[in-house]
Amino acid sequence: MNFPILSSITFLPLIGALFVFLTRGENDEKNKGAIYVSVFTTLVNFFISLFLWFSFDNKTSNFQFVEEINWISGFIKFKFGIDGISILFIILTTFITPICIISCINSVKTRLKEFLIAILVLETFMIGVFCSLDLVIFYLFFEAGLIPMFLIIGIWGGPRKVYSAFKFFLFTLLGSVLMLVAIITIYWITGTTDVTKILQTGIPPEFQYLLWLAFFSSFAVKMPMWPVHTWLPDAHVEAPTPGSVILAAILLKMGGYGFLRFSVGLFPIASEYFTPLIFALSIIAIIYTSLVALMQDDMKKLIAYSSIAHMGFVTLGIFTFNKQGIEGSIIQMFSHGLISAALFLSIGVLYDRTHSRMIKSYGGLVHILPKYSFLFMVFALGTLGLPGTSGFVGEFLVLIGAFKVNFLVAILASIGVILAAAYILWLYKKVIFGKLENVQLQKIKDVNFSEGIMLGVLCFTVLLFGFYPEVLTETIKVSVDNLINNYKTEIAKTIIFK
Amino acid sequence: MTDIKFLIPEIFLSISIFSLLIIGVFLKNSFEIIYKSSMFVIFSLLLIIFTSNNDIVKFFNASFSNDNFSLYSKILISVSTLFILLITKKYIIDIKTNKFEYPVLILLSVLGMFIMVSSNDLIVFYLGLELQSLSLYVLASIDRDNLRSTEAGIKYFVLSALSSGLLLYGCSLIYGFTGSTNFEQIAIASTDFNLGIIFGMVFILVGLAFKISAVPFHMWTPDVYQGAPTSVTSFFSVVPKIAGIAIFIKFMYLPFREILGEWQYILVFMSIASMILGAVAAIGQTNIKRLMAYSSIGHIGYAIAGVSVGTENGFQSTLVYISIYVVMNIGAFACILLMKRGGKYVEELNELSGLSKNHPLVSLGLMIILFSLAGIPPLAGFFAKFYIFMAVIENEMYTLAIIGLVTTVVSAFYYIRIIKIMYFDEPKKPFEKFTDYRIHGPIALSCILLVSFFLYPSILNEIVSSISIF
Repeated sequence: MNFPILSSITFLPLIGALFVFLTRGENDEKNKGAIYVSVFTTLVNFFISLFLWFSFDNKTSNFQFVEEINWISGFIKFKFGIDGISILFIILTTFITPICIISCINSVKTRLKEFLIAILVLETFMIGVFCSLDLVIFYLFFEAGLIPMFLIIGIWGGPRKVYSAFKFFLFTLLGSVLMLVAIITIYWITGTTDVTKILQTGIPPEFQYLLWLAFFSSFAVKMPMWPVHTWLPDAHVEAPTPGSVILAAILLKMGGYGFLRFSVGLFPIASEYFTPLIFALSIIAIIYTSLVALMQDDMKKLIAYSSIAHMGFVTLGIFTFNKQGIEGSIIQMFSHGLISAALFLSIGVLYDRTHSRMIKSYGGLVHILPKYSFLFMVFALGTLGLPGTSGFVGEFLVLIGAFKVNFLVAILASIGVILAAAYILWLYKKVIFGKLENVQLQKIKDVNFSEGIMLGVLCFTVLLFGFYPEVLTETIKVSVDNLINNYKTEIAKTIIFK
Repeated sequence: MTDIKFLIPEIFLSISIFSLLIIGVFLKNSFEIIYKSSMFVIFSLLLIIFTSNNDIVKFFNASFSNDNFSLYSKILISVSTLFILLITKKYIIDIKTNKFEYPVLILLSVLGMFIMVSSNDLIVFYLGLELQSLSLYVLASIDRDNLRSTEAGIKYFVLSALSSGLLLYGCSLIYGFTGSTNFEQIAIASTDFNLGIIFGMVFILVGLAFKISAVPFHMWTPDVYQGAPTSVTSFFSVVPKIAGIAIFIKFMYLPFREILGEWQYILVFMSIASMILGAVAAIGQTNIKRLMAYSSIGHIGYAIAGVSVGTENGFQSTLVYISIYVVMNIGAFACILLMKRGGKYVEELNELSGLSKNHPLVSLGLMIILFSLAGIPPLAGFFAKFYIFMAVIENEMYTLAIIGLVTTVVSAFYYIRIIKIMYFDEPKKPFEKFTDYRIHGPIALSCILLVSFFLYPSILNEIVSSISIF
């Protein structure tokens, strides 16, 4: 057996958390040792995952780096493995986590050690979600992520942290328990929870509809889709900056990943059947939440609503079942991971200086924060999908995919693009341009070294993947083709039966 | 006479109890020595059980049975009693209930449970049950100068006596209609549909449901849990539950195995009702002991869900559940026993506020235990529920599974509310700082077990899978 590289990147952060636990010193911002240990661990993890990407064979759709050990005797194996889709999410996770930890230097003032431990443990669970090839293992990691996130919102959050933390926890838990029922049912139908085996044997069509709905309830909450999105703005607003970043950049992607890997992969017939539902909900999400975003006076809330709208594009793209749509939605998720992380960090930069998230307390920042204004502009343009940023590639491909399937849906989705431009440019104008009226703002300084690194790296990647998206599409191409082929053969089978 | 070797644990226990009683009467201030020796007795008992003959035999005219099932329950009972004695000692001395009767009564109830779980006959079963119950009545009111404790004792006694009466009436009906008190004979005689047996079964079920505090016979639980001294409550919430669930399983799968269709729906109802009540009623509680009472009602609901399936997988999952439940509850009560401020033990939930600042390690432990009680993966509590629902869904009882899982979300609310109080709220004055390995040790052990369970989650299943009652 080869070196268990997937388990290493999954459990390395856990070991890092142990070392952070053992570091001596004060439990506040002065404890540099804890930060160094965490940054080191997550960076090592990032480089291992880059190595993973380079040694990844993108010519085959089979699962690679498969690891398998007996776990629950007799029926469940601890199985890890990745394909072209999951590797991007792993890279995203290992890329965003070090940035989060660096942002702790400025954003987290109390109980730093515990915060870093929570983030590191959360990284383990997130990578585990994207690696696992067994439904029970997947569920385990999927749910376990609630614990650290609940604590991150609840302990380090803003004034309404308790309400938000509870809402986040209970919403997600309620969505997920039905998935557990479905997973156990799948076990009794097919005799296994191993995803690769289920993909081969398939699930009888008569079961697919209810099982699909059970999985849907979980992923729709996580995604989040309208109308179960209400936990997200609350959670984002109250979470500390690194928490918002992780939430927007990675946790939301678990829903999209789940749709791709499980809903579409395991239940193709039900997926086809429920496509109109998904289209309707996605369109509502895109238009409604964009309109809501226009009305916000809290910057974090605005970005949170824009996240929901962007996730609407993702679900729309996945359920077009064509190459452009699915590739587009994966790239959209990846780029949203970068851009939303960057936007929350940018807001965090302002919040750390003035302790206000309100749009009206800013204005004219371009006169005093030129570097910041430039970086913020790149991310704002990325959000609205300007060609040359990674945001464009995803949205464009999704819209092409949608046009192929349903003209009306595509038109409605395009309105969302316009609205996105409206709310983000309006935000940018109010915050950056205009006169510097608030006297408090006179004293604040431009981005410091650590903030510069974080935002600079994100800016670079946003532009890189905007100009050169082949890096991403090459990786996912074969896996996406395979997914679509599987889907089409399954659908074809049912037509023959009819 | 050869049969007597199967009864060595019980005989050893009774001889020790009477010797301790005699020592207690003749020796002044003998609490310390008797407490220590009773722990030693339980420890030797464990060694005896481990080395004893584990042949599957029925003995004493088939009124006792020696099998894996009773052995497993006995080991679980002894281990948890040992830990409960370990964690409660400081509390017992602090509230001045350090009378030598206390450990002796605990041992007596353990003896009763031993007899109960190895019984194969209605009469022997009833003897064991009553020995256990009588000791528990006295234990509930052991703090006799405390109004609440005596009230708890009386309440428990009156209601429990009533349920024992019902149970006995059920036994007599069963005897009347089958002509035997032997479990095997009852099973053979009840193959043909017989209303008398069903009536008897229902009465026995009511009595048993009362002992394990399943809804709708749960009313005594919150009052008794709250009123009794915490040391006794921790014992109540763990040890009699193991014995109760064990005998519950035994009744359903042995004498009543032929009338599964009759009791299955009753059990499903009790299970759903307990899960819902345990989840909903606990939300408004402010007293942590009362909250634990409702939480234990909810957990019993899940355990019964496993029994109600009626298959071997079902009761095995219940045994796994109850084992994990024991680990969590001992840990939780060990934490409750640390809530001491200004020389007095406090029980209100908001006394815990900001615990994480003053006692970071204890609150980390309690947090792990609470998340596990809520059934959040990757902690052991999740696997306990997972196995139960595996068995439930195997038999296509989807309603039970969905209601059960939705109630876990509701119950998660009050568990995370405690975590909220500990972690999100502003700190109060710290609790009295004392490092007592007898309390902190079990908390640490419980947390380690709960966290590391996911590395090898089938460990209990492998032990339990060799157990069958048939």
